[in-house]
Amino acid sequence: MQALVSHPVLWLTLTIAAYLVGDWVFRRLGCMPLVHPVFVSAALLIPLLKWWGISYSQYFEGARFIHFLLGPATVALAIPLYSNLARVRQMLWPLLIALSVGGLTGIVSALLIGKLFGLSPAVLLSFAPKSVTTPIAMALAEKLGGNASVAAVAVVVTGVLGAMMVRYVLEPFKIKDDAVTGFALGLSSHGAGTAYAFQISAEAGAFSGLAMGMNAVFTSVALPLGLALWCRF
Amino acid sequence: MLQGFIVLMACWLAGEVLVNLLALSLPGSVAGMLILLAVALGRRGVGKPTAEVGGVLLSHLALLFVPAGVGLMEHGRLFAEEGLGMLAVLVLSTAVTMAVTAVTLKWLLARRKAES
Repeated sequence: MQALVSHPVLWLTLTIAAYLVGDWVFRRLGCMPLVHPVFVSAALLIPLLKWWGISYSQYFEGARFIHFLLGPATVALAIPLYSNLARVRQMLWPLLIALSVGGLTGIVSALLIGKLFGLSPAVLLSFAPKSVTTPIAMALAEKLGGNASVAAVAVVVTGVLGAMMVRYVLEPFKIKDDAVTGFALGLSSHGAGTAYAFQISAEAGAFSGLAMGMNAVFTSVALPLGLALWCRF
Repeated sequence: MLQGFIVLMACWLAGEVLVNLLALSLPGSVAGMLILLAVALGRRGVGKPTAEVGGVLLSHLALLFVPAGVGLMEHGRLFAEEGLGMLAVLVLSTAVTMAVTAVTLKWLLARRKAES
């Protein structure tokens, strides 16, 4: 029994099964951001692992086959980014400026507010890319000395929060344009924000997807440079 | 399908090579994404097999970070100690980022409209 419980194929299979359950629950509850499939899957798998006395590294023996696919999936993010970019060519300059301002705000606000709340340096590094889509945030955090798991959770929580808060945050600023709402959602809250933007309107969704892709590129380049500066002061 | 997969893997590999050669602090997979984007811009789109495989991977993107999500089990103490602060940081920083982006874009679009 112990041999089976620590066999990679069991954890590979259970990871996919837990995700399918999570995805089903998510759709059943009308894609409510709070029941994001990743939360549900982790909530199913972690108690099981603890109960059977399986360590994370034993679990990862099986799960790493899924984890590996993050590489080609990250590359594939270029495909939706390309088709969204082609669509908004005439608006490119305002979008690029808003991207730079918003992207920097995302990084700097996480670092400053994090420091204010006394988060440890490794957590700060994992939080800095929190507005960027998960695979890229994980790769960035790991490369810069943070932790990929903490980054993954910070990113998913950010997406959930963004989708829940957008109405209240943008209301005082009287944002009526769905393109603006979508762009702000995608830039700050990536995939979960984009999924929610599509519930507002197709236009909001398209701009959200575009902002998510653009911020992934922006943050990947700006964050390593910014951190080099941050560490100097 | 294999054809599309190898395009994605080749871009990733090229990204890793580039990052290593130039000693960049960019993740190799992100460099791979930029390479594929450049290719798409150059030849106006990616091939059909690449789009198909990419579509499959992206439609189940959330599955791919479940293994990392489970990694939380190793950070129980961290969350017990810093969890509340972490949540506050995420709420505040996300709200600020969203508001600043929206206000900037709204202002830029209004200015452009006034000019034309």
